Amino acid sequence: MNQWLIAPAVLPALTASVLVLALRHSLAAQRTVSLGATALLVAIAAGLFWVARAGEPMPYLLGDWPAPFGIVLVVDRLSTTMLLLAAVLALFVLVYAVNGWDARGRHFHALFHFQLLGINGAFLTGDIFNLFVFFEVMLIASYGLMLHGGGARRLKAGFQYVTVNLIGSVVFLFAVGLIYAVTGTLNMADLAVKVPQVQAGDRALLSAGAALLLGVFVLKASLVPLHWWLPIAYAAAPAPAAALFAILTKVGAYSIIRVFGLVLGGEDGGISTLAGSLLVPAAIVTLAVGALGTLASRNLLDLVCFAVVASMGTLLIPLGLFRSDALGGGLYYLLHSTVIAAALFLLVDLVAERRGRLGDALRPGPMRQQPLLAGLFLVAAVALVGMPPLSGFVGKLLILESSRAAGQGAAVWGAILVSSLVLLAAFARSGSLLFWKSPPSERAPAQGAGAVPVLCLAGLLALTVLLSVFAGPVMAELGAVAEQAGDREGYVRAVLGSVSGARSGAS
Amino acid sequence: METLVASGIGILTAAGVYLLMRRRTFPVVIGLSLLSYAVNLFLFATGRLVVDRPPIVGASAAPVDPLPQALVLTAIVISFGMTALIVVLSLRGFLESGSDRVDMSSPEDDAAGVDPSFAEERR
Repeated sequence: MNQWLIAPAVLPALTASVLVLALRHSLAAQRTVSLGATALLVAIAAGLFWVARAGEPMPYLLGDWPAPFGIVLVVDRLSTTMLLLAAVLALFVLVYAVNGWDARGRHFHALFHFQLLGINGAFLTGDIFNLFVFFEVMLIASYGLMLHGGGARRLKAGFQYVTVNLIGSVVFLFAVGLIYAVTGTLNMADLAVKVPQVQAGDRALLSAGAALLLGVFVLKASLVPLHWWLPIAYAAAPAPAAALFAILTKVGAYSIIRVFGLVLGGEDGGISTLAGSLLVPAAIVTLAVGALGTLASRNLLDLVCFAVVASMGTLLIPLGLFRSDALGGGLYYLLHSTVIAAALFLLVDLVAERRGRLGDALRPGPMRQQPLLAGLFLVAAVALVGMPPLSGFVGKLLILESSRAAGQGAAVWGAILVSSLVLLAAFARSGSLLFWKSPPSERAPAQGAGAVPVLCLAGLLALTVLLSVFAGPVMAELGAVAEQAGDREGYVRAVLGSVSGARSGAS
Repeated sequence: METLVASGIGILTAAGVYLLMRRRTFPVVIGLSLLSYAVNLFLFATGRLVVDRPPIVGASAAPVDPLPQALVLTAIVISFGMTALIVVLSLRGFLESGSDRVDMSSPEDDAAGVDPSFAEERR
């Protein structure tokens, strides 16, 4: 058994413990260790991505218990893709945070690594209850990061965020209980085998459990009608935390792919069909709500938050189709939207810092380094709205292409095209207010950080440019990822091995 | 026994959901606790309700499923930690903003005469 498979979970756990126990008095040491560990994490994730390319999903049996009885981690192409995305994003965000944000409160670095532990664990695990536990680890750390720096407004928003997620956790437990009561297993591969064998009388209970579970994932992915927590929470969070949170909504999306596409899909696909029939309309409404929210926003941060809501709507449309050809385009859009959302949160912070008292309000006013930020805003806005030639355009094109054959094709096309126009209007309006109408002025606040934060933002934007330039090879890769993500038999064979062979022979 | 356990879970959940709808932080925290009690009982019941059968192979003729009990233990630990966190959070929020309302109203709303929600609750 390859011991490196568990490294993405062990490394942040150890780093966080060392940071909080041994290094809590020295910020400089914390920064060094934290940056080093994150860079190492990127290397490990890249290595695992390379290893997983070779073929079958690789199970990691914790404590060497045989598969359906112990907890199992599964490393396959989908999970390593997500791991790599999370690690790269974390590195950029951390470099940004090291330039001052981490000194505004205590334990930023420890919380950051606990957050990574939760995220990586959720991507790795092959057990539904373990998924719940990693969700909780991720959320506890995110509560800490969100409150980093304190303040009454942040505490109020934090209370709402924590309450909403605690309700989500309770519902998650109800769902897990129902699924366990019907199938008698929580291992994802074993569930994939058992779900089609559930008796007709228990089907309704299983569907109820699956629907509750869908509700929880949709809450994390901020889909209408469970989207309202996101603009409040992300607007109150510190900028680097909000940028890292860009991956949290994608954990919800990943769980939908994994649990509903692979595990509960079953032979008749009953539960996937149920989930899809709920997901696609909700995603279309989310897109509309997010786009309208950007028009109504009075400051840049709210605008970005609602744009994130809209992008989650766009992302969930191809995922809700549950077809592997649609999933490839969806994954491309997932990479793009994560990177661009993080970039925009950092951009808002930079703009607000360079305007002093005006902050990020959408009103003309003096700003330092205006031409530079205007250029970066232009690139970010073009990518997010989905104008050619950047990655948002490619992603939306792939989604439109794959949804053409689906039943809701007309609605999907209408929603994506009209919402792109609305987003374009909103971003053009805010850009012209912030950068065009306000002349660069000497009266702008003079104190300033170095060039590193701007370089971080530019690096994230360079990633979207790279995603656009190498769209062909990236899509070929993601197509194979999507292919494997939908291969139920391969997954079950890899995890359960001979056990499942014996069982399906007996049944 | 099934009726008793089922209605117990149902009443706890209903009370929890009702309290979650309140406007002040204290009832919301109590509501979350009640919900977590309800889900713990529910998880326990997923191993089927039987009496006098320890979950140890060999100690009884037909041992019950031990897994739900392990799940309940994990859930209890997590919900305990979360309750502690949200209590601290609501207390800090109250001390810093001077109001214990759940929504994003500013302290001025409360300071400017009678708080509308408070007057409503009194009525």
